[in-house]
Amino acid sequence: MSRVPIRAENLSKEYRIGEREPYLSLRDVLARSFNASSWVRRRSTAAGDSDATHFWALKDVSFQIREGEVVGLVGRNGAGKSTLLKILARVTKPTLGRAYIRGRIGSLLEVGTGFHQELTGRENVFLSGAILGMRRNEIQRKFDEIVAFAEIERFIDTPAKHYSSGMYLRLAFAVAAHLEPEIMIIDEVLAVGDQRFQDKCLRKMGEVRQHGRTILFVSHSMPSIQRLCSRVIWIDQGRIKEDADPTGIVAKYLGAGIAGSYSAAASPKLPTITSAMVCEENGSVVLSVEFSSPFPLTPPILGFVMYDTAGTPVFGTNTRVDPPSAELPPSTAGTIKVLFPSTYFRPNHYLFSLWLGGKSQDYCTAEKALQLELRDDIPRSHPQNSGNVRLPVRWHYSAALDFAQPKNAVISGS
Amino acid sequence: MNSPAESSTADFPELCITPPKGWFDLHLGELWHFRELIYFFVWKDIKIRYKQTAIGAAWAILQPLLTMLIFTLFFGKLAKIPSEGLPYPLFYYSGLLPWLYFASSLQNATNVVVEQQRVITKVYFPRLVLPLSAVISPLLDFAIGFSILVVMMIYYAVRPTWILLVLPLFLSIAILTALGVGLWLSAMNAMYRDVRYVVPFLVQFWMFASPVAYPSSLVPARWRWLYGLNPMAGIIEGFRWSVTGRGEPPSALLGASVGAVVLLVVGGTMYFQKMEGIIADVV
Repeated sequence: MSRVPIRAENLSKEYRIGEREPYLSLRDVLARSFNASSWVRRRSTAAGDSDATHFWALKDVSFQIREGEVVGLVGRNGAGKSTLLKILARVTKPTLGRAYIRGRIGSLLEVGTGFHQELTGRENVFLSGAILGMRRNEIQRKFDEIVAFAEIERFIDTPAKHYSSGMYLRLAFAVAAHLEPEIMIIDEVLAVGDQRFQDKCLRKMGEVRQHGRTILFVSHSMPSIQRLCSRVIWIDQGRIKEDADPTGIVAKYLGAGIAGSYSAAASPKLPTITSAMVCEENGSVVLSVEFSSPFPLTPPILGFVMYDTAGTPVFGTNTRVDPPSAELPPSTAGTIKVLFPSTYFRPNHYLFSLWLGGKSQDYCTAEKALQLELRDDIPRSHPQNSGNVRLPVRWHYSAALDFAQPKNAVISGS
Repeated sequence: MNSPAESSTADFPELCITPPKGWFDLHLGELWHFRELIYFFVWKDIKIRYKQTAIGAAWAILQPLLTMLIFTLFFGKLAKIPSEGLPYPLFYYSGLLPWLYFASSLQNATNVVVEQQRVITKVYFPRLVLPLSAVISPLLDFAIGFSILVVMMIYYAVRPTWILLVLPLFLSIAILTALGVGLWLSAMNAMYRDVRYVVPFLVQFWMFASPVAYPSSLVPARWRWLYGLNPMAGIIEGFRWSVTGRGEPPSALLGASVGAVVLLVVGGTMYFQKMEGIIADVV
């Protein structure tokens, strides 16, 4: 008999944006306009216009997940992946539809849930473990294992506020990794720590999988998806676009270049990045960003950061520190385009975060909103672990063992 | 639990996630299941409160003690408000102790949902755990403060009577009152951040509507029942009565108070649960 621990029937979730905005932090407002972005291309200029303030983050999503399956959720930002995870994790309720869950759920929607800066590592392990659903004696039993996994034995009685961000994340993930629910719901937590720790986490998830547990996880990292998942669900605009085995979908997902564009509804109150695109053209990365503002920006300031798939910043700049040759005119709307050589980057997937500001203030950010794949025209192999930057080099050879003369230097830069 | 065969999903009842519905469903079984989490929230609350203060637990003694001194000086010695034959310090302290528990519970409960918003938006647990733990953790301060009351009783040679045995009853009603009001405030504060600015005023007004600084015998007898609709009136009178054994049992007051508490808790739970469904979307 095949068991079905997760069954979703026509799950739908409607959000109201802009409601009670004064009580939301700017971050929340951004997150919402972000969610709305993917398909509500409506300008919500009339605040209070009920049509403009409602949108379906998830619409008629149905699927079944069998016991032991590891299902990856992919889709661009705001597609509804996180909303789906939140409903299954019972953090929020669906507006329509139902889901049936059989078994205990461990939800890992962020790393460090329940951690408190003032508490020591030891205390945080207990608190976070309890919040994530572990029993006290269960935590006690696994305590040493957790600390060893996090590799912070020496600092376990130090308050978390003195931890480096790496230590903090390792400990937080270690607690989460030792949950043993039948169903695990994971949102993008693999993007923490250095490469070595990430590998360790992936191995741990592989172990969990071998124990026959059911895993549902969101990731932007296609290698992790391919490595772990037996099935991928691609969500786009709140609906299931495809549901199949990983190889086919990952290729399609990346090939569609779907993540190369971004759009968001303009806010009546704040300057907004309304749409953005990134592509590679004739050896250049071309990033163009449209913005709109209720008041003139004098001048508009645009910034971007390019990340590799591990989340490490590769390159970034903005028009404030690196101004265009002619200063941008004051404007309430427009398009800013930036070009830089693409050949300096190793073939890989890159993510872009954008931000928009005025003379002395930043107004709008779009975190990792765009994705770009850089490829070589002629496939060739690259050395492993040698960074994301590819600079032109010239090699020189001399048979003489003579370092005295500079002209015989082994390597000279271009 | 390391062998997966032991915990197959087939052993679990199917849980149905549906759109928000229903008005009153306590899920007491579920709350019991999460009792350890209540313990951890209380533990964390106490730990952090004492970690961030310079003199830690001394506050639990200083706060009622200093307030008692001020009350004794101004309301007692200067304004000469009657104290039912009790020494002023004892009269005020025995009223302040339940009152300060109530006041700090309200403040705790008001902020608890907002403070835990990150957790609320990431992990499921019965949200009732939050206001519950918020009204439990001030009990420690109460217990510490109570030890001073014992010292004062010895000093003033007030011998406790058998009536002291009903003290837990008044304490339980105080906890329920704090929970009832706390449920309203915590859910409302999640929706409207104004609430947290209103609460200090509310607490202040409420104190003067309660027999903390004066005995309820100052209130005319025919209005006593109305006065009793403030549950803290019956609780504080009852507390004082059971500790000192002086005066009369506040039966009329208490009847009205208990009625009001039941309404507060039932109404508060309904409101909180109505908000529970959408709390993660609005905090």
